[in-house]
Amino acid sequence: MVNLIWLLMLAIGIIVSALNGHIEIVTTSAMKAAELGVQVAIELIGVMSLWLGIMRLAEEAGLVRGIARIFGPAIRRLFPTLRQDSPALGAIIMNLSANILGLGNAATPFGLKAMQELQKENSTPDEASPAMITFLALNTSCITLIPATIIGVRLNANSANPTEIIGTTIVATGSAMFVAIFVDYFIRRRRKT
Amino acid sequence: MNVIAEISRWAIPLILLLVPVVAYFRKVPVYESFVAGAEEGFKTGVRILPFLIGMLVSIRVFVDSGALNIVSYWLQPIFSFFGFEENFAAIIPLAIMRPLSGSGALGVATQLINEYGPDSFIGRLASTLQGSTDTTFFVLTVYFGSVGIRKYRYALKIGLLADIIGLIVSIWIVTKVFY
Repeated sequence: MVNLIWLLMLAIGIIVSALNGHIEIVTTSAMKAAELGVQVAIELIGVMSLWLGIMRLAEEAGLVRGIARIFGPAIRRLFPTLRQDSPALGAIIMNLSANILGLGNAATPFGLKAMQELQKENSTPDEASPAMITFLALNTSCITLIPATIIGVRLNANSANPTEIIGTTIVATGSAMFVAIFVDYFIRRRRKT
Repeated sequence: MNVIAEISRWAIPLILLLVPVVAYFRKVPVYESFVAGAEEGFKTGVRILPFLIGMLVSIRVFVDSGALNIVSYWLQPIFSFFGFEENFAAIIPLAIMRPLSGSGALGVATQLINEYGPDSFIGRLASTLQGSTDTTFFVLTVYFGSVGIRKYRYALKIGLLADIIGLIVSIWIVTKVFY
């Protein structure tokens, strides 16, 4: 499905450019996008190194295990296939907390860390495990309490009340998260039996 | 809401202070451990690079060519079919962009907010949509790519389903709360 979507976007884009008589757009935007990819990755390396360094300190000080013990029982219900003391739990909790607080930059390193830990417990290394899919379902639909960037945009556009959309955002994203968890739960149950 | 804003302002400085201090008192060689952990950041960054570039190229060509606007135009009748006003059509590019690219969606949302006004229906809807749900494609390709997963199984379906629910509920709640 990813292969098809990727191909369709690229092919439709090129065909539309050709029909519009602006085929040169394809060349410039493809090159620019490739450069942008490197830029994003480089920026991510900096932030990621910082957070993975802090994460290592937290691990060695026993803090991650502590957090996992406090919040683990609730989270573990969603991840029945994980080992009891799985190090993935700590990273998953940190990732979700960063998402909820709207700290997008910090969320990604914890998320990638969680994926690495989940991969260690994955019996089919080139195929997504159910725990990974549950984690990504949570991650992509996670509630954000402060959508800081968009509030900034509204502020710049002279909104009378820039923060009035926080409530509607929480309702929308909360519903999305609920449905994602629910559907994931049922797919997992159906596949098991 | 101020309380939450304060928490999110203080969260990072406090973590940066508390974690190293606690680690130090628990006899962790703080600086050396930090560096050892940070080393992984570089490796992960290099590993996700091809996935980022692949996705961005395809998305950018699609958007810059004007194909996004054409697809949005085609989708208009579907929106009218469900009884939405024509005004709604302005939101379609954002709805398509949201799962594909975070920065792309922010660009579209900013444009809509400036064009229609932040306190207009489209402005509020764009803000709500932009604030809710994450970029499914970015997260899936990068997260799976970083550990070498090639078969996503049903992950994409759940992600996109969540995005659609997010869109429908956004329209519903913005209409209900503000109108």
